Amino acid sequence: MMTPVIGLGHFLTVAAILFTIGVFGIFLNRKNIIIILMSVELILLAVNINLVAFSSHLGDLVGQIFALLILTVAAAEAAIGLAILVVFFRNRGSIAVDDVNMMKG
Amino acid sequence: MVTEFAGFASLAPAYPEMLVAVGALVLLLIGVLARKEISTAVTGIAIGLMVVAAVLIVAQPNEGVIFAGGFINDGFARFMKVLVITGSAFALILAVSNSADHGLNKFEYPVLVVLATLGMMMMVSANDLMSLYVGLELQSLALYVVAAFRRDSVKATEAGLKYFVLGALSSGMLLYGASLVYGFTGHTQLDQIAQAVALTDRNPGIIFGLVFLLAGIAFKISAVPFHMWTPDVYEGAPTPVTAFFASAPKVAAMALLIRVVFDAFEPIARDWQQVVIFISIASMVLASFAAIGQNNLKRLLAYSSIGHVGFALVGLSAGNLVGVEGVAIYMAIYLFMTIGTFACILALKNDDGYVETIDDLAGLAKNRPFVAAIMALFMFSLVGLPPLAGFFAKWQVFLAAMEAQLFVLAVIGMLASAVSAFYYLRIIKVMYFDEPVNSYAAPAIELNIVLAVTGFLILSYYFTIGAPLTAWAHMAANSLF
Repeated sequence: MMTPVIGLGHFLTVAAILFTIGVFGIFLNRKNIIIILMSVELILLAVNINLVAFSSHLGDLVGQIFALLILTVAAAEAAIGLAILVVFFRNRGSIAVDDVNMMKG
Repeated sequence: MVTEFAGFASLAPAYPEMLVAVGALVLLLIGVLARKEISTAVTGIAIGLMVVAAVLIVAQPNEGVIFAGGFINDGFARFMKVLVITGSAFALILAVSNSADHGLNKFEYPVLVVLATLGMMMMVSANDLMSLYVGLELQSLALYVVAAFRRDSVKATEAGLKYFVLGALSSGMLLYGASLVYGFTGHTQLDQIAQAVALTDRNPGIIFGLVFLLAGIAFKISAVPFHMWTPDVYEGAPTPVTAFFASAPKVAAMALLIRVVFDAFEPIARDWQQVVIFISIASMVLASFAAIGQNNLKRLLAYSSIGHVGFALVGLSAGNLVGVEGVAIYMAIYLFMTIGTFACILALKNDDGYVETIDDLAGLAKNRPFVAAIMALFMFSLVGLPPLAGFFAKWQVFLAAMEAQLFVLAVIGMLASAVSAFYYLRIIKVMYFDEPVNSYAAPAIELNIVLAVTGFLILSYYFTIGAPLTAWAHMAANSLF
């Protein structure tokens, strides 16, 4: 019996699904801003899967270096996002997405 | 030893960036080690640092490609870097007299602005998807913090939060595009991508990646349909910060867009031209109509900036030398108009605080004739009335569109420009023909100087900076072809 080979296409499909879930998580979620931060991380991880899969497929290390850079920057981004969330919570007393509504137009 | 010195000299194209990076760290040290609050001194040193960096860029061309192809310094990069630094330095000057009112009187503010400027300089000089991303994030991360800098204000923190969420999403889209481009071309360096793109025959993976890349950058220049964050962030952030957001980062992101489409995707120009034409038309039309209903000045200027990005993109849509030259000139003039308009807003303060709505401007001509006259000048220039600078900016980009046979685009642009005249002229009408409601204090000396300088340049554009600016923009655009 032949075991199915997991190729580039499978990795790209997983990454595309994760990316889509991340984007929808940002726009459809009406509850909690933390979920938005998680969605952002999901998007970046989808990109990393893409890059590592391409890197391995092409036999070229640059993609993995790119993925490492993204991991580093994503950590800094999460730190800043949470810090802004904390100051927002202190002022507003809530982190519900529906309460981010001081300005409209 | 000899090789070490040779190695350092080979970094010459990046000297301005290294200066700004080291300067930012030194400023941070000064701020931490000082025993008392010294934000004004740090601001002063930061402005001095930017002036030195700008002089270095102008006086020492040092053009070349370094860091294994990751960093390029050419005529285009130098032109855009000088614009970016000018915008940042003016934004810092605008904050000097009113930093306490806006909660910006902490030394971290100028340091963050310097770091954001460094990120923008890296963006302008990026020649590789990786250095592009790192420069973009250095700029964005500093800007998220700056937007929420007034941490006791609900509006400012909300602005910071919105900017962060949508900025992070746009970075994600840009990266997804970058990963696809890397995967289907096998390269991250822009010129190598161009070679690979020329060899493959319109690969859908590359087109997909290109569209995601453009969407990510469109967020950063706040072009429709990725503009939703702009009015909220402009309204919520402290006014000097808004002035900064509206000037330097837009120039840097526009430079990045030009670099990416011309250096990496020149062989499939037809494909990205369609996308740029679409976001250009959408930006011009939506901004013209959405701004009509606004009463808050900063929201109005947010829509105005969206519209101006649309006009600048008309030049890029043309995809030729004249077009790039037009975009470069447009961004330079837009920078001065924006800085000047925000200087007007910051110059108008009474006991209740700063001017916020258009109604607050009623009868300004009787109360503060100088500020009203300069404001009117900028409004006429934003409309694009000759002989003011705004006219020449629009003329140049529409000329490029005509040359590229994009007549429909040019006509739509001119109509949108005519519609936008309505809300710019309304401000002038309120200032000159309505009864005064507020009386404002005399503006600080440096605001008056900024008003006079930007006003003079906009008014006398044709006779003073017009010719040298056009010549330099031509040289800058030439280095991309």
